[in-house]
Amino acid sequence: MSILIDENTRLLVQGITGSEGTFHAKACIEYGTKVVAGCPPGKGGQMWEDKVPVFNGVKEAVNETGANASIIFVPAALAADAIFESADAGISPIVCITEGIPTSDMIAVSHYLKDKDIRLIGPNCPGILSPGKCKAGIMPTGATAPGKVGLCSRSGTLTYEITAMLTEAGIGQSTCIGLGGDPIIGTPFIKVLELFNEDPDTEAIVMIGEIGGTAEQAAAEYIKAHVKKPMAAFIAGSSAPPGRRMGHAGAIVTGTAGLASEKKRVLAEAGVRIAESPADIPAKIREAMGV
Amino acid sequence: MKIHEYQAKSLFAEFGIPVPRGKVARKATEAGAFAAELGEKVVLKAQVHAGGRGKSGGVRITGSYDAVKVAGEMLGTRLVTHQTGPEGVPINSLLVEETLNVERELYLAIVVDSASGMPMIMASEAGGMDIEEVAAKTPEKILTAHIDPGMMFFQPFIARKIAFGLNLSPALVRQAVPLISGLCRLFQTKDCSMVEINPLVVTDDARLLALDAKINIDDNALYRHKKISAMYDETQEDPLEVEAKSKGIENYIKLDGDIANLVNGAGMAMATMDTLKLVGGNPANFLDIGTINDPARVVNAFRILTADPCVKAVFVNIFGGMARADVIATGIVKAFEEIEIKVPVVVRLAGTNVSEGDKVLDESGLNLIRATNFQEAAEKAVAAAAGKLS
Repeated sequence: MSILIDENTRLLVQGITGSEGTFHAKACIEYGTKVVAGCPPGKGGQMWEDKVPVFNGVKEAVNETGANASIIFVPAALAADAIFESADAGISPIVCITEGIPTSDMIAVSHYLKDKDIRLIGPNCPGILSPGKCKAGIMPTGATAPGKVGLCSRSGTLTYEITAMLTEAGIGQSTCIGLGGDPIIGTPFIKVLELFNEDPDTEAIVMIGEIGGTAEQAAAEYIKAHVKKPMAAFIAGSSAPPGRRMGHAGAIVTGTAGLASEKKRVLAEAGVRIAESPADIPAKIREAMGV
Repeated sequence: MKIHEYQAKSLFAEFGIPVPRGKVARKATEAGAFAAELGEKVVLKAQVHAGGRGKSGGVRITGSYDAVKVAGEMLGTRLVTHQTGPEGVPINSLLVEETLNVERELYLAIVVDSASGMPMIMASEAGGMDIEEVAAKTPEKILTAHIDPGMMFFQPFIARKIAFGLNLSPALVRQAVPLISGLCRLFQTKDCSMVEINPLVVTDDARLLALDAKINIDDNALYRHKKISAMYDETQEDPLEVEAKSKGIENYIKLDGDIANLVNGAGMAMATMDTLKLVGGNPANFLDIGTINDPARVVNAFRILTADPCVKAVFVNIFGGMARADVIATGIVKAFEEIEIKVPVVVRLAGTNVSEGDKVLDESGLNLIRATNFQEAAEKAVAAAAGKLS
């Protein structure tokens, strides 16, 4: 098994006719994902690349094709609208790849989703990959292998890097998820940990955090109380100067809670093995698993 | 994006938040004229994008007769505070303001609280101090209240809760409620990522005013705030960072080490810096080249990295996802054609199109230090910067 997406996922691509949307929709199909519909408003009735029907609205796409997951590639100024439309149609999970969405738009999205049973991954993220089953994202697939370790990360490229390191070390993955680098994201660590914790086929969890915010602290509390599976973590940004934004809007140290050292401390206290560098992760997760 | 205090105060005034009387001056004579209008005594405040002005001579109280002289001493100099580097930031303008008789100094701010996904008001009776210190040592002295987006519009009860929490008299609560409400409306309508009043003062004649004003605007929302975008002041930024931005490299931050690095992805860039430190090196910068697929951008990045005289080695660490390793490799070859690169260059490519990228580098005949794995590459970069590898 895996979490969020698998061989039964029927993917809708919002922004399928744009250059990014086209490129990555093709890559998802190549990987074996069932891409069933596309959604650029105004082009309804057409066939994208002669194989995927295009609809003017998400609701219509869902009714016609049974789409049960969506991935969003539309520009930042229109992205919140795209998330709302998918959520309104009841799609879950929704994966938003788009980067640069205004925070206030995400405050509204986050409020709308608060009491709904809908999982939003992102924005500003690489998406989800369940190796050997389905890809709803933009990760390179060459370095992944099916297996029993779940991986979640706030950083995109580090997701690729550490997944590749795991694969090289002979450790396969159940699902790899990039959660996104913005201050407000649909799914923080704590929710994904819950899903991995309940997934019978995930035996261990790798978590990749970074400076800024308190998501790692919330995760540590949850891990302490609920997670029995072995875990290893890397926190990026030990060497970052305070007060400077390290690329991601969320990656900025303000106060002590945002420091890498503080996050490592609370996670270690919760029983998570801490890797001091990405290359250290395979050894640490092995150590945690006792293999 | 940061804006100046005088710009923040003009926004405050638009939203009904009382501020001291004042005007911005760019010349000493102008400052003198404004001072004369304001009264016998004025305060001259350096308009710079850095905190800690008060402790470093950036805020001076003077008699109006002397304002021209004092303004002349401040304008055109660079202010060094604990938040700036040793080179400081230029003082190109001064806010000339009336002085007030202050009885109490309070703190009021609104930030985005990632944990709840809502804006959050923070207030304290311990104003005028470093609020992070207050938060660390005496967290009970900080009041917080969330602005729930479900209420559609800001509701005054939240402002009352804060105002009474600050132990204000009923007369002052009546001033505080519209002030806090105005600040919230400003925060929401102008896409702020932070607004801060430190201190918010109570004067001896029982008025409540914003003595200082700090506003950060969400960069991602600038496209819908043209007037505020025009307030961008590049003189306050690091010149290398401004140059990077003009060349399309948004995420460049200069640091004080000697190993320049060029990485794709913010998390990877941080992890590269961390790993360099771990193996005994010192990063000269943070640079996320992003997911571009244009060799010219790589050349520009090399230009910026090698322009820093502290740099003793360049470390290219790429894990291609959306960015393709062969495009980066082509960019490296072009950089060597267009720029005189005197320092050793360590290259590690992985991910999308890595074999094509390696081929480009192999065929270039360039003297590059190559590595395949992350850790090994970082070790080589440290050795190269120490002159032990070339």
